[in-house]
Amino acid sequence: MHDFNYHEPTTLAEAAAILRAARDGAFIAGGMSLIPALKQRRVRPSDLVDLRLIDGLNFIRRDAGALVIGAMTRHEEVADSALVRGAIPDLARLVGEMADPSVRNRATIGGSIAHGDPAADYAPALLALGATVVTTERTITADAFFTGAFSTALRKGEIIKAVSFPIADAAAYVKFANTASRYAVVGVFVARRAGAVRLAVTGAKAKVFRIGQMEAALERSFAPDAVNDIAIAPWGLTADIHGTAEYRAHLIGVMAQRAVAAAARQRRS
Amino acid sequence: MARVSIDVNGRQEAREVTPRTLLVEFLRDHLGLTGTHVGCDTTQCGCCIVLVDGKSVNSCTMLAVQANGASVTTIEGLAEGDKLHPMQAAFRAHHALQCGFCTPGFVMSALDLVQRKKNPSEADIRYWLLGNMCRCTGYQNIIAAIKAGAAAMAQDG
Repeated sequence: MHDFNYHEPTTLAEAAAILRAARDGAFIAGGMSLIPALKQRRVRPSDLVDLRLIDGLNFIRRDAGALVIGAMTRHEEVADSALVRGAIPDLARLVGEMADPSVRNRATIGGSIAHGDPAADYAPALLALGATVVTTERTITADAFFTGAFSTALRKGEIIKAVSFPIADAAAYVKFANTASRYAVVGVFVARRAGAVRLAVTGAKAKVFRIGQMEAALERSFAPDAVNDIAIAPWGLTADIHGTAEYRAHLIGVMAQRAVAAAARQRRS
Repeated sequence: MARVSIDVNGRQEAREVTPRTLLVEFLRDHLGLTGTHVGCDTTQCGCCIVLVDGKSVNSCTMLAVQANGASVTTIEGLAEGDKLHPMQAAFRAHHALQCGFCTPGFVMSALDLVQRKKNPSEADIRYWLLGNMCRCTGYQNIIAAIKAGAAAMAQDG
């Protein structure tokens, strides 16, 4: 990889200041997306600003009707957390199926969503659960956060502090995973809360997206059959070595039905 | 250049490194601990797995500077003189290695599993080993070795 200056600030303010002063800086959290990119020379920042020494970013709490996860919380902690499993079980399961254990020991929720990979797993969870991203400057809704491939609404120097997930009545995620990378070829997250349904797809476009037509049908009837007749057009869907656009279009329908079936089986007392 | 000080296998090691030095390079090239291997270099195969503060990590995907102040355990840190660690002994007894290239990664990965689950089931082991790839053995003996190694470690207390 190319050379860079390395910084280890101990506060968020310090981190933001260093980043803004750098010629072309990048924050590093777990490094599970950034370091592979550095090794392949896909990115060449002048400065790396490591967030690891900053206190207060590693936590999992339940605040009233929401699950709040600190930005530097590692995937393995979220997957193992009794609090997450109790509040949104499929979120814990989703995180437990990302990559593999040694990656999960390092990767963080903040790093994952800031990276903005079109096939990432946290993104559809945020979108379908109607989550909010809390940064050093503001709160951003999931709907506004993901703006494109490897691109988010974050401004230069803005740092994610936490993600707040409203607790759903039922929520499920099903993904068709690439066998080697374990990324989603297509993944669908569906959540129902107070009668409203949100359904988010990852892996099929430049960014995660919702399918309004499916959401409306599921609000009328929350069963896999409800989305049977909704055909997804292949136009605009990702086509690559892992699948054609037509294949992804088909997978969306299948994954959506499976996710709804799984969510429908959940009972909330 | 950056100065790092890392406890490696119980020994404090202080060195000057460039920020872009990977942890695996630090271990192999700066410290001569070549038991940790670079397989895929793309965070998939697990041949580079070591323990950092007790948890398994892909050392090919970590910068040495990120491990500053941490405690690292490599395969070289397990045996006590000529006495193999129970997990190593189990790999040997169960013929869980052939060329041995992936083996240190499997052993270190297994140690993280066993500290979380003292008596892992086959399903637990298979799930945990998703980040470790072996081209020689077909995995069967590796799984048996980890089961036996866990049992031996539980006996030792």
